[in-house]
Amino acid sequence: MPRTPIFLEKRSYRQRRMMDAVRLLPFLGLMLWMVPLLWPVPVAGVVAEAAPAMPMSVALRYLFGVWLLLIFASWALWRRTRDIVSGEARDPAEEAR
Amino acid sequence: MVSLNQLIVVCLMYVAGLFIVAFAAERAALRGRGGWLLRSPLVYTLSLSIYCTAWTFYGAVGYAARSGLEYVTIYLGPSLVMIGWWWGLRRLVRIGRSHRVTSIADLISSRYGKSNTLAIVVTLMAVIGVTPYIALQLQSVILSLSIFAAPDMPLAEAGGDVINRGQAALWVAAGLTIFTVLFGTRNLNVNERHHGVVIAIAVEAVVKLLALIAVGVYVIWGLAGGLSETLARIDASDIGQWEVQGSRWAALTMLSGAALLCLPRMFQVMVVENDDERQLQIASWAFPLYLMLMSLFVVPIAVVGLDLMPEGSNPDLFVLSLPLSQGQNGLAMLSFLGGFSSATSMVIVATLALSTMVSNHIVMPIWLAFRREGATQSGDVRNIVILARRLSIFCVVGLGYLYYRASGGSGALAAIGTISFGGVAQFLPAMLGGVLWRGATRAGALCGLGTGFALWVFTMLLPSFGADVALSSATLEQGLWGLAWLRPEALFGINGIDPTVHAVVWSLSLNTLVFVVVSLFSFPAPLERLQGAQFVNVFDHSGPARGWTASAAGSEDLMIMAQRILGAAEAQAFFAREAARQGHGARLPEPTPRFVQALERELAASVGAATAHAMVAQIVGGASVSVQDLLAVADESAQMLEYSSQLEAKSRELTETAAQLRTANEKLTQLSLQKDSFLSQISHELRTPMTSIRSFSEILRDAPGVSDADKNRYASIIHSETIRLTRLLDDLLDLSVLENGQVTLNQREGNLRDLLDLAVTTAQAGAVRPLEVIRDPEAEDIPLHSDLDRLAQVFINLVTNARKYCAAAEPQLVITPRLGSEGLVIDFVDNGLGIDAGSEALIFEKFSRITGEGDGAGLGLAICREIMLRLGGEISFLGDVPGTAFRVELPLSAVVRERVTA
Repeated sequence: MPRTPIFLEKRSYRQRRMMDAVRLLPFLGLMLWMVPLLWPVPVAGVVAEAAPAMPMSVALRYLFGVWLLLIFASWALWRRTRDIVSGEARDPAEEAR
Repeated sequence: MVSLNQLIVVCLMYVAGLFIVAFAAERAALRGRGGWLLRSPLVYTLSLSIYCTAWTFYGAVGYAARSGLEYVTIYLGPSLVMIGWWWGLRRLVRIGRSHRVTSIADLISSRYGKSNTLAIVVTLMAVIGVTPYIALQLQSVILSLSIFAAPDMPLAEAGGDVINRGQAALWVAAGLTIFTVLFGTRNLNVNERHHGVVIAIAVEAVVKLLALIAVGVYVIWGLAGGLSETLARIDASDIGQWEVQGSRWAALTMLSGAALLCLPRMFQVMVVENDDERQLQIASWAFPLYLMLMSLFVVPIAVVGLDLMPEGSNPDLFVLSLPLSQGQNGLAMLSFLGGFSSATSMVIVATLALSTMVSNHIVMPIWLAFRREGATQSGDVRNIVILARRLSIFCVVGLGYLYYRASGGSGALAAIGTISFGGVAQFLPAMLGGVLWRGATRAGALCGLGTGFALWVFTMLLPSFGADVALSSATLEQGLWGLAWLRPEALFGINGIDPTVHAVVWSLSLNTLVFVVVSLFSFPAPLERLQGAQFVNVFDHSGPARGWTASAAGSEDLMIMAQRILGAAEAQAFFAREAARQGHGARLPEPTPRFVQALERELAASVGAATAHAMVAQIVGGASVSVQDLLAVADESAQMLEYSSQLEAKSRELTETAAQLRTANEKLTQLSLQKDSFLSQISHELRTPMTSIRSFSEILRDAPGVSDADKNRYASIIHSETIRLTRLLDDLLDLSVLENGQVTLNQREGNLRDLLDLAVTTAQAGAVRPLEVIRDPEAEDIPLHSDLDRLAQVFINLVTNARKYCAAAEPQLVITPRLGSEGLVIDFVDNGLGIDAGSEALIFEKFSRITGEGDGAGLGLAICREIMLRLGGEISFLGDVPGTAFRVELPLSAVVRERVTA
């Protein structure tokens, strides 16, 4: 069994961190998209002075901004990791077919 | 204004166009061309867009108009799941490909030991869960049609009187069924891939996206007057504030994410139709992009619709009614086509996926069960399978139609969609648990699914029909059987939760809990454990870990069966390929485990894993090698091992016996030689004195002048020779008596010292060269009870021997008696030369005389040995001391008791 080195050369190190980013991205997205849970919700009939309700346009901008950010990040990561994944995705049996 | 007839013509043309596209794609795929397009990530991503159904196209706007931004959760969840493709989807896709999974029911049943029960349960649940969704599509098409049908009153409650809704729905349903049947069941192909359908869906995806964007752009820049104005208008509208409940926000996001994984149609396009993991990687950003574009214009359309359209118009139809009310007929037509596309693509794929499940997991097993004779019977199973698929498609669409009629086409689109999501999301624990956790068991999956599904039906599906339809209002108010904690919308007495959140949280959490707990406490079957290991470790070993004991299978039988399922040409091609791989040209391949495994996967692609397994099992004549089989084999080999070790022991015994026989034979040979030499010895021994006696007696008789002195001398020679002869005969007689055991022992009491005195005196009598005997009188004072005469004979013999043969200048003999716990030991050690090592074995034999001198017959030691044996003792030669040493051993019984105990 070949010993795997503990420290990698810079390129593979970078690739591994990119794969880490791919793995972590959904959690970032989840956190950002759950931020609206913190927004004040108007209770019927009561208008709270301290916490004015979040305007729809801001909410829209925020949600779609996050969406765009995630899509862009995902795209950028795809550009950088596509070789790794397709490389590791193929096993010899599949290749032979 | 567009008339209904025009609309129908456009629709038909559109459908015809789709037919042509799909047909061309099928042809291209058959000829192996156009692979780049069919397998392109773009088409894959677009085919995923069947997630956006008419619910999205019409319902999202209505949803937004009713509850603000909540609609977006339905797209956030799937976006997250796609972005997180590395965690779940990658695994599912890999498993789907390596196990040739044909549907979500197939996946779950395969994972849990190819259990058909589970497949049936999942299939039924999927059918029940998806039926509202199909009804929803019918409803949306009918609604959109009715808008066009009532051109003069587009504001009204969507012209109910103008067209007969029920009839229209029937026509739409029939049309959808025909399209699905035509394209979904044309071929029964490897891996359930439907290239034609996929391409048609991709085209529809483009149409619906373009239609929605076109309406959105028209609304923002044509009606609202620009982006900033639109945003201002949004803020000023009824839904201008953030007012989504946090619990609904989180629960719906999670629910939609789960639904993306669990919806049968999504599973079909995402996993079954997937060719390559790179497609998934690209879809990870392309599909969220598509979803984002689809939901981008929803709020502006809703807000502008709420502004412009009169009070009371159905917000679900703003996408259509807005352009129509502005006289934009072309745009309205495009919008209608977009909605139509959304509805049709969803229905086609959903019914296709469901029909695959129904025919593979319900119809085929039943059919197989009815035909016990086996799968090798003549006749083409393909026809049966395809027929089953078609019937299933009819049934599924029919159920959707019935649901539509039953629910009266009333409820808001969004609500129906959520119910459907809630139903299919119940697969999530069993599916993800099965893929990620090896401990998940069939029992756990069944119990979890059952619990979740029952809760879903009780808390979500049945209440959705309204009070007093499925559940009485009493049940809704008071709980089942009047038990307050069983109220469908407030289980366990927890009030005040939003009904949707309530249903989703309870059903999914209890589902997961039951699944995990039952899994923890149940034990999986062997096949289940193997499958579990293969699924969970799919990236470690994609190869099969389980083999068929295929010796019983005839290749011909397999061939016949394969032909019936795969089709003659394809089966022959497959067999030829396998034969070539095994290296024997044109003949049938050998039914090796590997070949049978490959065949099973090939069949699984057509009829599902469980059915394929059952069919192959019928022919191969036994299930695959299970752990039980392995245990049996292990048992057998253990038995064989034991048997062989027994044999080994026996053979060792035989070898030993043979060796003993050989030794005995050698001994016999030796004895025979000894006997011969004994006879020749004895004749020689007898002859020597006889000769001298004869000659001297002849002299005495014949010689006349013999002096008296001479006479006297001759007579004494004769006398002594006679004595010698007598002694020899006595010895012989003695030995023979001793050897034959005829001796009678004359037991007497005496003392060892007296006995040794007598022996030494007797032996030394008349000796020329006396022997110095060193004794220890103290130690010799041992009372004996034995045949003292015989014992004395032995001692005399030993002392005499020492005297005769000790070659030392001053011969000495040391006699040391020793009384031990074993008995009495008396050592006779002289200071002579000893005896050669080679001769030690011979000294106790008869007539063995080591040095060749002396006058003994060589019988002394042999007699001694016999005497000692008779007395229960032993005489032995001690080789490891200087000089010649003999040891006489007497048993304890020979020593007088008082002395021993003293």
